[in-house]
Amino acid sequence: MNILVITEQREAKWNKVSFETLAAAQQIAQQTKGTLSAIVIGKGVAALADELAGCQLDEVLLVEHDLLDQYTPDGFTIALRQVIESAKPDLVLLPHTYQVRDFAPKLAASLGKGMIGDCISHRYENGKLVFVRQMFQGRTAADVVFAGDAPWIASFQAGAFRADLVAKHASGKAPVKAVSVNLAPGEIRTKPLELFREAKQAVDLTQAPILISIGRGIKAPENIQLAEKLAKLMGGEICASRPICDEGWLPMDRQIGSSGQTVAPKLYFALGISGAIQHVVGMKGSRTIAAINKDQNAPIFEVADYGVVGDLFEIVPALIEELEKSKSS
Amino acid sequence: MKIGVCVKQVPAKDAPLAISEGGAWIRESDIGFETNEPDSFALEEALRLKEKHGGEVVAISMGPDRAKQTIKEALAKGADRGIHVADAEFFKLDPLGSARSLAAAIQGENFDLILTGLQSDDQGFGQTGVLLAELLGRAHATIIMQIEVTDARMKLKRELEAGWFQWVELPLPAVLSIQSGINKPRYATLKGIMAAKKKEIATVDRKSLGVSDAPTQRVEHIYVPQKTKKTEFITGQPKEIAAKLIEKLKHEARVL
Repeated sequence: MNILVITEQREAKWNKVSFETLAAAQQIAQQTKGTLSAIVIGKGVAALADELAGCQLDEVLLVEHDLLDQYTPDGFTIALRQVIESAKPDLVLLPHTYQVRDFAPKLAASLGKGMIGDCISHRYENGKLVFVRQMFQGRTAADVVFAGDAPWIASFQAGAFRADLVAKHASGKAPVKAVSVNLAPGEIRTKPLELFREAKQAVDLTQAPILISIGRGIKAPENIQLAEKLAKLMGGEICASRPICDEGWLPMDRQIGSSGQTVAPKLYFALGISGAIQHVVGMKGSRTIAAINKDQNAPIFEVADYGVVGDLFEIVPALIEELEKSKSS
Repeated sequence: MKIGVCVKQVPAKDAPLAISEGGAWIRESDIGFETNEPDSFALEEALRLKEKHGGEVVAISMGPDRAKQTIKEALAKGADRGIHVADAEFFKLDPLGSARSLAAAIQGENFDLILTGLQSDDQGFGQTGVLLAELLGRAHATIIMQIEVTDARMKLKRELEAGWFQWVELPLPAVLSIQSGINKPRYATLKGIMAAKKKEIATVDRKSLGVSDAPTQRVEHIYVPQKTKKTEFITGQPKEIAAKLIEKLKHEARVL
């Protein structure tokens, strides 16, 4: 199977999830005895293409154009469609980033194809490639296969593969081939304006050794002090899943998950968090995960080392009492 | 401004899920359904745009007969009319098939703006808005946190990853996927619920739209995922649980 990976960069800095997808692509190329190429797309990104060429690949395609300097869904779709039509890969793989969500379905549809998005793994069995993706917020998984003719397009969730497993090129470097694309300013309807951050991040949760994280199960903002008390006794910081920050109960910079921060503390303690995919991708690398949830089928227990099925309003006070007792003794 | 908003009905958050025979979907018979939460943010944004700029909000939902309830809820909150794209087996559609069906059903409406939620809490494809834009030849933007409309253009705040945002400008007509949390969705009032009874819901049989059913992908089966970790469940009275858990965190995991 001939595979093409579309990598992602912004302002000549990698989105590192690209290398996770590259690791997956290397596996699939090996399993299917196929070839592997990777695209770097943008403007002034030749150095990134050169860096990518150090990985185990057959070819790096460098797609540069003035109109690709800043990402637009129109620009990227038009350019990548041209590259795919001439390179004729069987399988196009992308990291499932916000940017990919924004253009990859359009790219697929413009080729008359579908996309299997947000996959967490794959299997190659009996000559058939099976992709696994989550449904019902991670409560079920689904095996999905492509129907119809290539090219097939799929994206992999952040954290699904390990970027550090990307194989280096066996004999030095893969060739870098510049590919020209035709793009006219009139074809691009989006006008990208400034990039910005909302506020200086007051807390760097990525450096906290212990995180006490709250979800919908905390029920009301006045209950947060319970979690804060536990955090203080454990020497940790408090953080939350998206709904809590959406409600304004905690500031956005304390949000863990695909739209917030990705953390890997030595202890992640989830209180009343069901464990939707968007949250789990931000914390599943934690060394130890403990979770309290009233629903024994909550997906948070898929990743938890220690689980308590029960009412956090009974168990957290008991934990606080226990910790206070051991502190004073 | 004529605004279409796509709302989906999905299993209720706390519904116990059982896999159907054949393994391609869930058993729908014993569970409750509700409006897909991300879509309620899109609906709220549509209603606010109408309040500010005038016009009409049309709630569109595809699904079995039960999906009408989700349209009724949108009407009760203030949408003006509904379009129900009826198909009892809509779950068999892949993202492209779903979007082709919706596009065919609403093509003649010529909406200035179409809003969708970020993704559905059931299948979670997260593709419908982007695909609708491509199929209808509209510009689009996703993960939108703020909308400012001036004449035939919009200034939009897009959420990027890791705390970054970007302003972008887009011409109308367009399709936007709304980020959850952009607003606080309203509740339906009693007056709204009463008013909704007089509002029109047009039903279109999906199969009559003449859209290709040829799938680009196929769900072979759905299953409860295998655990990647062995979770040790701690049981007992709250006091016992607390003592056991702290003991384990201190001496087994050594993280306290």
